[in-house]
Amino acid sequence: MLLKEGQIRIPSGCAVSAVISREGNLMSGEKIVASMAPMHERSNGLGGGFAGYGIYPEMAEFYAFHLFFDDKESKKECETYLKEGFEIVKAEPIPVRKIPAITDEPIIFRYFLSPLRSRIADAQVDEREFVARAIIHINVKIDGAYVVSGGKNMGVFKAVGYPEDVGEFYRLDEYSAYSWTAHGRYPTNTPGWWGGAHPFGLLDFTVVHNGEISSYDANRRFIEAYGYKCTLQTDTEVFTYIADYLLRRKKLTLEETANVIAAPFWSTIERKSPEERERLTYLRNVFSGLLVTGPFSIILGFEGGLMALNDRLKLRSMVVAEKDDRVFIASEEAAIRVLEPDAVNVRAPEGGEPVIVRVQEGKY
Amino acid sequence: MNILDARTTDNASLNESLRALSGSCSIIGCVGERFIGAGLSDKTIDISGTPGNALGAYLNGAKIIVHGNAQDAVGDTMNAGEIIVHGNAGDAPGYAMRGGKIYIKGNAGYRAGIHMKEYLGKLPVIIIGGRCGSFLGEYQAGGLIVVLGLNNDGKRIVGNFPFAGMHGGKVFLRGRTDGVIFPDKVSARTATNEDMMSVESYIKEFCSVFGINADEVLSSPFTVVTPDSANPYKRMYVEN
Repeated sequence: MLLKEGQIRIPSGCAVSAVISREGNLMSGEKIVASMAPMHERSNGLGGGFAGYGIYPEMAEFYAFHLFFDDKESKKECETYLKEGFEIVKAEPIPVRKIPAITDEPIIFRYFLSPLRSRIADAQVDEREFVARAIIHINVKIDGAYVVSGGKNMGVFKAVGYPEDVGEFYRLDEYSAYSWTAHGRYPTNTPGWWGGAHPFGLLDFTVVHNGEISSYDANRRFIEAYGYKCTLQTDTEVFTYIADYLLRRKKLTLEETANVIAAPFWSTIERKSPEERERLTYLRNVFSGLLVTGPFSIILGFEGGLMALNDRLKLRSMVVAEKDDRVFIASEEAAIRVLEPDAVNVRAPEGGEPVIVRVQEGKY
Repeated sequence: MNILDARTTDNASLNESLRALSGSCSIIGCVGERFIGAGLSDKTIDISGTPGNALGAYLNGAKIIVHGNAQDAVGDTMNAGEIIVHGNAGDAPGYAMRGGKIYIKGNAGYRAGIHMKEYLGKLPVIIIGGRCGSFLGEYQAGGLIVVLGLNNDGKRIVGNFPFAGMHGGKVFLRGRTDGVIFPDKVSARTATNEDMMSVESYIKEFCSVFGINADEVLSSPFTVVTPDSANPYKRMYVEN
């Protein structure tokens, strides 16, 4: 039997791409899928995926859970669990296009959920915490069920295969989003499995990642002390939980979050102005367990925006460009040229320098 | 002139066609095709679009001209020839380069010219018109790197941690080097006329390729960076 992620570790590149409209204009998924083609060699067919924001405007008030199930039993068990805490407003299979390149798919379902007020009151937590706990519960406790994403008006679509094929399989040309992220996978430490493909999602946070985290175990130990459970041994998962912990629970800004994850070297901090030095020193000391070392380029998606970040040594490539209301981010400029041949202000951010793009308030 | 359309082919067949044809060639519509011109010795390749990573890797005498930006690892381990980029280059241009010239009109990313080396008549040269990211010339063992800093954006000419582990070769930085931290094991001093004589012809050629006024470029003072002894790592490794 094939060992899943979390059961085996194999000691090896990836591709990322994203587009966002600062004015909240909706874009079909077709282009983001096409943008992955010039970076085909960065993947090896063992994982591809996309996150789209703004894709469910008619159901925008409900949490959209995308789920993978191994079998009917796990689906039944998961639905029983969901009914305890949520009203299931709608449940349906995610439409797919059967193609030879994508095989062995799990049961792929989506649920539009409204958390029950009484249960939130019982738990004495806020709504987002209640939903986050439910997602972690399903992933950890319900064998054979895996929440792919669970935010509002957004969703993750991922599979084992090349990203171009994954996009076709999920019929992404039929969705429109104000923000898309994409990933092509070359798994290096774990075997490819549907749940292990990127993006990783928790609530509306999603992460696509190219690289390998040397500090994985240190980060995992820190984050697991706060109720998260890293079930996959794949490093990207820990990024998602770090983002959720720092942004939602500790209420750090995106800039501060970047300064924690890719904290500057002490020698670089020494050269800053006194206030900046104090700020950066504080963040490094308080959240020392969340410093992520090793090569990475990540794109964090969230409701209304994106943040791109490289490791502080910039051991992975990342290029940013723009055109009118749109901002593009990718591992390679070629991918951006597919999204927009006339993109301007093409630049490579420095290691540890976050690129933050927000959609105008009220436009998403 | 032969014309190859990158949009109608894949990486491997593009390079196969390139190797097979005789005479010079123009490649149009590049979007990320890798290893273009790898190992070639005998042609001029004119590229429009965005060529992919490892452009001109192991280049052995051919000339490549890019009318746009280049991605990562331009001229990786190249031995001879010329690569001219009319835009910016990504990370690690001239990685482990051992001969030939790379001229980049704009900026270069991180790790430009790392592990460059030279031997007898083989002297690799990289000239960057703009600025460079961090780790410029890391572990440089030979060859010549010139950074002109012709931008007006007020940003530092090189990023953090340049010249770490440098034990051979020379780097010339034009203009002010405020805020550049040089490691202990290199010496950085104002270039003398004699120093400049060793690079002037390259800088003039660079300027003529890109239509830049060479006199103006050369009128500014330069800083020359060299390892501070002939063999600073001798004690750390074997006698050689």
